[in-house]
Amino acid sequence: MKTTDAGPLQGGRAPSGGSAGHEVTSVGGFMKDFDWKPMALVPALALLVLPFIGSGSTWVTLTVAGLAMGMIIFVIASGLTLVFGLMDVLNFGHGVFIALGAFVATTVLGSMGDYTSSESLWRNMMAVLPAMIVAMLVAGAVGLAFERFIVRPVYGNHLKQILITMGGMIIGEELIKVIWGPLQIPLPLPQGMRGTILLGDAAVEKYRVIAVVVGLVVFGVLLWVLTHTKIGLLIRAGVQDREMVESLGYRIKVLFIGVFVVGSALAGLGGVMWGLYQQNVIPQMGAQVNVLIFIVLIIGGLGSTTGALIGALLVGLMANYTGFLVPKAALFSNIALMMAILLWRPQGVYALSK
Amino acid sequence: MLTRLLSNDFPRNRILAVVLVGLLLALAFMPFIFPGVKALNVAAKILVFVVLVASFDLLLGYTGIVSFAHTMFFGIGAYGIAIASTRMGPGWPAIATGLAAALALSFVLALLVGLFSLRVRAIFFSMITLAVAAAFQTLASQLSEVTGGEDGLTFKMPEVLSPGYQMSETPFLGVMLDGRLICYYLLFFTALALLLAMLRIVNSPFGRVLQAIRENEFRAEAIGYRVVVYRTTSSILSALFATVAGAMLAIWLRYNGPDTSLSFEIMLDVLLIVVIGGMGTIYGAAIGSGVFVIAQSYLQDLLRLGSDTASGLPWLSALLSPDRWLLWLGLLFVLSVYYFPTGVVGRLRAMRQRA
Repeated sequence: MKTTDAGPLQGGRAPSGGSAGHEVTSVGGFMKDFDWKPMALVPALALLVLPFIGSGSTWVTLTVAGLAMGMIIFVIASGLTLVFGLMDVLNFGHGVFIALGAFVATTVLGSMGDYTSSESLWRNMMAVLPAMIVAMLVAGAVGLAFERFIVRPVYGNHLKQILITMGGMIIGEELIKVIWGPLQIPLPLPQGMRGTILLGDAAVEKYRVIAVVVGLVVFGVLLWVLTHTKIGLLIRAGVQDREMVESLGYRIKVLFIGVFVVGSALAGLGGVMWGLYQQNVIPQMGAQVNVLIFIVLIIGGLGSTTGALIGALLVGLMANYTGFLVPKAALFSNIALMMAILLWRPQGVYALSK
Repeated sequence: MLTRLLSNDFPRNRILAVVLVGLLLALAFMPFIFPGVKALNVAAKILVFVVLVASFDLLLGYTGIVSFAHTMFFGIGAYGIAIASTRMGPGWPAIATGLAAALALSFVLALLVGLFSLRVRAIFFSMITLAVAAAFQTLASQLSEVTGGEDGLTFKMPEVLSPGYQMSETPFLGVMLDGRLICYYLLFFTALALLLAMLRIVNSPFGRVLQAIRENEFRAEAIGYRVVVYRTTSSILSALFATVAGAMLAIWLRYNGPDTSLSFEIMLDVLLIVVIGGMGTIYGAAIGSGVFVIAQSYLQDLLRLGSDTASGLPWLSALLSPDRWLLWLGLLFVLSVYYFPTGVVGRLRAMRQRA
């Protein structure tokens, strides 16, 4: 933290960055100085590629797929960005919770064969919901231990944080291999969630719609907690100026542990969704998804929830569009997107003033 | 003479000095002590890793920034040699062209990544390098016409360096003087020269500025050093050294593929070696690489032994399985970041100061 000299009156507003301090306003409602430009990026990207794809129905299919992927990535990234915003901790081991959630889901869903093989969507939900809840509980519990033993001793030291959390990731991945074995495990979608729905000419996979809905629910709940509860108020205040919240008598450490656990649980949930999206899980999936999440956070601005949503949707759409247009450049297109955003706003679209 | 060679940066500890001289002598006379093919391969791998890890130490230990794209530059070096040798046929011009092209590409990439990320915050650099390295690895395995894809490229070296070449009919001290031996000594002297060059860099005024930035970025900027320029220069230098290390690997193996030079596992290995060996001490890279490469086979054997004795307890046996050796290294890594962040070398040096 190097904002100590900014003073509470300035709210840590950086003099140079024009977009500084917009996080609270963008979450809190449409105020006068609302920064709308980043919001327009997602529809702009979607419309821009329409002429290249040509067929409207393909475009709808790809857009829904991109939005679904983006929502899943957002669920994973939201916890990480809050943890960073609140405590200035960048957790390189976040990927472990993704893999953990997905592997827990294979065990839970595997033991509920009666429900997953049913054609009824509601009976499927009876299996998927417990799987999600158990995955979140396990990931949250491991997150608690991770915070206590891995992260807590190195607060305030970025270099050690990167190294330690990376070490935690290695250990976590190896432990997953010990428990579930090093090989790829299939995670088939329940019967009722397979297949497609026809929207006009466009075929849309059912599961993608479900993923978008779950993602929207998570975003809605997060937004509600952040803007309409006292805890949310404290978190937002802590993101803006941690020392000030502390000096007002709130125990920011407890708050942070809570955010870390919730963030890990969300990563576990995202892991379940990602695993079902890919229909298989491998121990290395955490590290793979981590790469996407970092791109999302860099695009969105470290610490910003709305920024993470925009970044996630952009990355999801971009991955699906380029996957269709130029398959070989899929991952590279995201790097290019990130570079373009950084040229426009070097700290990400919604930069925090840190 | 010695002072100049080591840039006045002596080991400063008797045990450390003995170990270093021992390692140097062992590597120098490796072909004569253990004439086997496997021993020579292990020694060559140590040489490559010494350069790779020391160049990473320049960045992590001296400048205080973490890059996850170090294997990308390593891979660029290896692919430079591999692609040039495949396209132009074996020969010294191919090696020179490949190395020059690889160095140029590394320079441009390191400059771009540095300019994009170091301008903002050092932590951005870590995230962006992670993403760029992942993208590069995908690209390398997809451009199969150029890089050979997942299979990689097998190629030939100039006549003098190939195993078939015989310098003389009579064995010298019981060892045939063939191309392999020449190749090994080429690697040995390159590694030695590069290591001394890096010692020179970190002990120069430029190196002092890097350490100042590591200790307190704010203060360094206030004194009047352009932190961004120094950090970017450091990351470029480190990338160039890593590129040469990659070229050394390709010359020795006469093969290169994504898994040999680009994989994230190598990146983690490098990270482990630097931290366990000692950050901010180029010597730590040498000792760490030696210990690590030897342990890579030795520790696995030890674990197999433990796994067999613990076969009565399946869970313990699974934990001790030789495939899980990264688990124990990870634990060692976390513990060493907590309890001795300056690694083995830092520990040894601190011992002398107390005595």
